[in-house]
Amino acid sequence: MALDSKIPAGPLGEKWTKHKGEIPLVSPANKRLIDVIVVGTGLAGSSAAASLAEMGYNVKAFCFQDSPRRAHSIAAQGGINAAKNYQNDGDSVYRLFYDTIKGGDYRSREANVHRLAEVSRNIIDQCVAQGVPFARDYGGLLDNRSFGGVQVSRTFYAKGQTGQQLLLGAYSALNRQIAKGRVKMYARHEMQELVVVDGKARGIIAKNLVTGEFERHSAHAVLLCTGGYGNVFFLSTNAMGSNVTAAWKAHRKGAYMANPCFTQIHPTCIPVSGENQSKLTLMSESLRNDGRIWVPAKKEDAEAIRAGKLHPNDIAEENRDYYLERRYPAFGNLVPRDVASRAAKERCDAGYGVNKTGEAVYLDFAAAIVRYGKEEALVKGVNNPSDADIKALGEKVVEAKYGNLFQMYEKITASNPYKEPMMIYPAVHYTMGGLWVDYNLMTSIPGCFALGEANFSDHGANRLGASALMQGLADGYFVAPYTVGEFLSKDIRTGAISTDSPEFEEAEKVVRERTDKFINNNGTKSVDFFHKRLGKIMWNEVGMARNEKGLKQAIADIQALREEFYADVRVLGSANGMNPELDKAGRVADLIELGELMAKDALERNESCGGHFREEYQSEEGEALRDDANFAFVSAWEFTGVPAEAKLHKEELTFENVELKTRSYK
Amino acid sequence: MDLTLKIWRQAGPEAKGEMKTYPISGVEEDMSFLEMLDYLNEQLIDQGIEPVVFDHDCREGICGMCSLFINGEAHGPGRKITTCQLHMREFKSGDTIYIEPFRAKAFPIIKDLMVDRSAFDRIQRAGGFISVNTSGNTIDANAIPVPKENADKAFDAATCIGCGACVATCKNSSAMLFASAKISQFSLLPQGQPEAKERVLNMVNQMDLEGFGNCTNTGACEVECPKGISLENIARMNRDYLFASLSNNK
Repeated sequence: MALDSKIPAGPLGEKWTKHKGEIPLVSPANKRLIDVIVVGTGLAGSSAAASLAEMGYNVKAFCFQDSPRRAHSIAAQGGINAAKNYQNDGDSVYRLFYDTIKGGDYRSREANVHRLAEVSRNIIDQCVAQGVPFARDYGGLLDNRSFGGVQVSRTFYAKGQTGQQLLLGAYSALNRQIAKGRVKMYARHEMQELVVVDGKARGIIAKNLVTGEFERHSAHAVLLCTGGYGNVFFLSTNAMGSNVTAAWKAHRKGAYMANPCFTQIHPTCIPVSGENQSKLTLMSESLRNDGRIWVPAKKEDAEAIRAGKLHPNDIAEENRDYYLERRYPAFGNLVPRDVASRAAKERCDAGYGVNKTGEAVYLDFAAAIVRYGKEEALVKGVNNPSDADIKALGEKVVEAKYGNLFQMYEKITASNPYKEPMMIYPAVHYTMGGLWVDYNLMTSIPGCFALGEANFSDHGANRLGASALMQGLADGYFVAPYTVGEFLSKDIRTGAISTDSPEFEEAEKVVRERTDKFINNNGTKSVDFFHKRLGKIMWNEVGMARNEKGLKQAIADIQALREEFYADVRVLGSANGMNPELDKAGRVADLIELGELMAKDALERNESCGGHFREEYQSEEGEALRDDANFAFVSAWEFTGVPAEAKLHKEELTFENVELKTRSYK
Repeated sequence: MDLTLKIWRQAGPEAKGEMKTYPISGVEEDMSFLEMLDYLNEQLIDQGIEPVVFDHDCREGICGMCSLFINGEAHGPGRKITTCQLHMREFKSGDTIYIEPFRAKAFPIIKDLMVDRSAFDRIQRAGGFISVNTSGNTIDANAIPVPKENADKAFDAATCIGCGACVATCKNSSAMLFASAKISQFSLLPQGQPEAKERVLNMVNQMDLEGFGNCTNTGACEVECPKGISLENIARMNRDYLFASLSNNK
């Protein structure tokens, strides 16, 4: 099948308005005859389910957690971008569009990104109307802060809990529709298979995780809002349950997977502490507004710190290397995530790391505390404040801004970040790649849509901070509810979809067989044993730096791991009733296949761009070397049976409104 | 460190449960409490014993999915944390740790340490929302100024993660802290005013229907709440409820 991105004709700024006006409407009477399945209830899923139900469609929503409110969007900390220009610092829709295209290292679609920037403003209005308690200033108006890769303040926030507040807003909208009977909610249910009838997505097989029963659910369209696949690395900032199963099942049924190797490694996470660690915790990028990143300038100091003989507070200013400020004076500590992560790895690899494992750098708030303290002393009229007074006042300001993050850090590490610098290191956080979608967010399977992190569309090779929340809500509130009309308007005479068809029969059979296989396998190793090994392969060979030899090795290793997994995995208990180990086995099986495709994608992309850094393609200064002549395309992979033998389809990216430049933050 | 774990095992909602003893060694200080349970489960799988089932997801204290009554306290020792944020450095070698599910009539046990908290969702559905459609044409966000003090209090109330520690801790299994957090958030904002009366009446009514008890002001919920939701919210809810009851025309 040829890829048709269906980007509307016309000038960039008019495409969306014009397209929206031309999408056929479905009359209210007909909407009542149309069923829509929404899988996942994070920002994209909750907002889409609520909006579609308001419009009059019958919606069935699914989540594997015990409540839709628990989806992992809840953990997003820093904020959400919108081109409101409330700070009068020259922001505009065009500037948000431009920053996002540039931040994504010119590997995203202009039309999609511009639409995102346009609707960003509606999102803030909508959320405030819902009662989302964003941070406000003393005048009662909304406050903003800055994020990496931009030079304006356009990020709206609710302390370090912005994702929570936005998700609870979408959850409240969803609840309103559930109460009206327009959304039927299925919590503790997990999608196991996509059902395709006559080439169209017409339903899913879902597992009731409490009873272990398989259920057939039909619909006229299926929306996958199932998030990213960072857990392929085992250790990531994703929730334990985050998985790729829904997207992968769609991929196996014909949906192309786009740019799967584009992974975001977030620069500021709490470093790994030991072998039994189950997940990593992010420290919001907003901390880089005030925190300065450094390592000792002298190797012997770094060694002394690692040996526990020297404290960072005792290293004099001139013996510290603020390497981001040194290398990138224009953006300093606020360079984009991919750049900041690579720079941390570079210093640690060179022997300047500051924790036991040598894989950590400092994020230091001492300077900000003094700066804020002096400001507060002036405002409060404290004359001749002592250093201690200034520190105390400054700590209060920092606490108001980042209190919950500092508390979280202290709970995990038992170290007080007000008194000594935080230790941080990059960790897997977000996946820019995902299911290929056209401008209407429809995958290459008609009737199957992908929203939010589950699709690939808006962030190119690197996502800017505070843009994931923006995209999830843009897709769910303002894009998909309209664009599904183009597909559904042809379905008004179809009538209810039967679940007795051979396609449903077959899909359920496949799921049952897979489940029985795991239960009866009688292997010797736990699911986590294999998951951890997959994670190590991915982190070492398909992580922050990749090369041809390593990627080829990774493919071979993952294929061997997959065989071993099926031969030797041990799942206790029965298929009837709650069995989290069984559910985990299914998820890890799909992550193993995905890992292989990620390595394949990384191997074929012979350039460095955004989060994808190929060691063969770098400048003498170690900066990424993009190859626009040969790689300005989206890699969309078609499943053929073996992930490493997937068929490549290229969607050429055309840039009509921005000039392709070497990304510089110097 | 070496520990003795006493864990509630229950095969299903109708099955009879009991405390089982599991000795465990090699636990590290830097492990979180749930990582310690992962570690136990790996050993149980090796021995052919079904692993202990418990709810968890984000493991950073925000999703509200983890629960557990540890040594008689919701989310264990330590204040303003969830179980996933509890670390083993809070215990010492030789300790015996009792691990039970959150217990309340309205939270039936599904398996082992996992309970059904869907009653909370039904309370939210009874009125925990502002009726605004997704038009994209609501007024500009800054056209609704909110005094900072009210905005901050609304935010503090809104940080409830719906974990149920308040219910598990309360001797009456009351959900007043949970319900009042949402009611307060909207009560403090201008956007919440048009539906304020119906909201408080409907949510309180649903809370009673679900079988949660009443509040007798012991304040235990506030102490154990991982997000430090204030009792002040219960007072505000009671005020709103009284006002709504007296002035409602229905």
